[in-house]
Amino acid sequence: MEYVNPLTGFRVDGRRPNEMRQLKAEVGVVARADGSALFEMGNTRVIAAVYGPREIQNKGQQVNNKEALVRCEYRMAEFSTGDRRRKPKGDRRSTEISLVIRQTMEASILKDLMPCSQIDIFVQVLQADGGTRSACINAATLALADAGIPMRDIVTSCSAGYLCSTPLLDLNYVEDSAGGPDVTVGILAKMDKVTLLQMDAKLPMDTFESVMGLAIEGCKAIATYIREVLLENTKRLECQRG
Amino acid sequence: MRDLNLSLNQTQRVRLEAALHELQSLVPAAASAAAVTVADTIPVNQEDNILKYISLSQENTIQEDTISLFVCADELVWCRGHGTSDQDGEVVATLCGVVERVNKLVYVRTLRARYKPEVGDIIVGRVIEIAPKRWRLEINFSQDAVLMLSSMNLPDGIQRRRTAVDELNMRSIFVENDVICVSTILALSVEVDNCFIFCFSDFKSVFAYVVVLTHADTLRVINHQAEVRGFQHDGSLHLQARSEKYGKLERGQLLMVPPYLVKRKKQHFHNLAQYDVDLILGCNGFIWVGEHVLVGENVKTTEDRQKYSNEAENFTPLETRKHICRLANAIRVLSALGFTLTVELIIETAEASVSSNVEVNDMLGAEFYVQTAEREAKRRAALLRKKKGGR
Repeated sequence: MEYVNPLTGFRVDGRRPNEMRQLKAEVGVVARADGSALFEMGNTRVIAAVYGPREIQNKGQQVNNKEALVRCEYRMAEFSTGDRRRKPKGDRRSTEISLVIRQTMEASILKDLMPCSQIDIFVQVLQADGGTRSACINAATLALADAGIPMRDIVTSCSAGYLCSTPLLDLNYVEDSAGGPDVTVGILAKMDKVTLLQMDAKLPMDTFESVMGLAIEGCKAIATYIREVLLENTKRLECQRG
Repeated sequence: MRDLNLSLNQTQRVRLEAALHELQSLVPAAASAAAVTVADTIPVNQEDNILKYISLSQENTIQEDTISLFVCADELVWCRGHGTSDQDGEVVATLCGVVERVNKLVYVRTLRARYKPEVGDIIVGRVIEIAPKRWRLEINFSQDAVLMLSSMNLPDGIQRRRTAVDELNMRSIFVENDVICVSTILALSVEVDNCFIFCFSDFKSVFAYVVVLTHADTLRVINHQAEVRGFQHDGSLHLQARSEKYGKLERGQLLMVPPYLVKRKKQHFHNLAQYDVDLILGCNGFIWVGEHVLVGENVKTTEDRQKYSNEAENFTPLETRKHICRLANAIRVLSALGFTLTVELIIETAEASVSSNVEVNDMLGAEFYVQTAEREAKRRAALLRKKKGGR
């Protein structure tokens, strides 16, 4: 199957190889949560809710007294994929992604400012069309910023792949299931530091560099968008407050 | 538009957009320029002196987001406060909010964050646990607040050492799910009424309890006042409840709004005489609307307490309950719109609902929501015009 048309250069969904899907973000969607966000990358739709900092529920989990405890839970809604999922959470993939998201966000949250408390991040995938991991990290960043939790920098994430000898940015489900390499990068946007780097399949070293570079560019574009969304949200709240 | 699930039709949506747009245009441009997000650089005036950053012995002793001083030679140039950190010599925000500058202090004020307690605040809390010699309260902070038994006035009012019997009788003062108001004014050691306290099994029943009373139930929520005494070594809050000025709050509703909508003022306890209602705006965003309780009533004797039939005759009148519901709904609408809560605004909204003949339950509907937004836009525009005209 040709994932990149050799004549026109378009991908399966009509994008160019270095084009990302349409982004849409909304802050403050879950009323009860301290911070929440809805993030869409094309057809992938993810909702994140942050509770915290609040009292530690389970004292046994607290490792370090001087820092906040960050907990993260990733789950996919049963209706998020084509076939109805039987086990939305608790399976290995969800546990792995929960751990990955937690570690990525921990790199940015200033935990020492909130000792003896816990921060819960709940991400749920409403529609899965490739790149759920990245969408979850982006949504979690928005939700944490909405909750007023101090962070070093905005964490954004994007995926890139290599099909038909072309680096492709932001793979969707069809391209993802092609079996080619899939590189997911998470960076601290302004500080230019990588917090997450995952890859499936194999890539030669120089190709890997170009694919990773493409993914980082995608992350930076997402960071600009997220910043705009947060800024606008802050201005709106401040104006309405009077 | 967070808490209320509204379905606006097309005209309502257009009207709401217009009202919100007008509110935005009333804000001076400088204020909206002060908004920052995470990792934004905060412009700092460096023209006063050449900024020399004198670092302490090692880089890692300077904690991010603490108040740090940038000293130049012999003069203080500026210092950065909460919500900021230093990266490569420039001040970077760690929070999403508005930059505030007070003299030489630069800090970022967040909007939707949790409550940030200060000694001297009036807050309302809910008991979640009874621990040895203390109660734990939930106050919308990163940790639970602690109210020590020794900080409470005993039922019989004698100042004495708390014994084991007192500890066993803690449950007769506060039980789980009681709502307690914490104030932070100088304490007067006056005794607190000792009434029966029954706990509600879940939070929802707080809103329903006014109805429950009519069925001759014996459920009642008793609120106590307490003071923020100080901070514990691990950052959790220590409370005190000695003042009787606020007494016990009974028969009312507890509302949770974002803390940034409640400004710190001199007066947080309001007695709305025309409605016979007490209104307490807790700094932590917990607001109590309840029937007015006279301060300094005599302590009910033990026999009276057990006469449930007497309680049955003592119900809140229907009119007062309607007023309580109206005020509570007004607060809900205002907090959903994101307007700062002041007593005047709340009363104005409630009265507008009466004059527009809006039913109490319709106050949470789409039409009243849009009307409140429009009214607020007009009010602020008029205020701005008056200010400009006055100059």
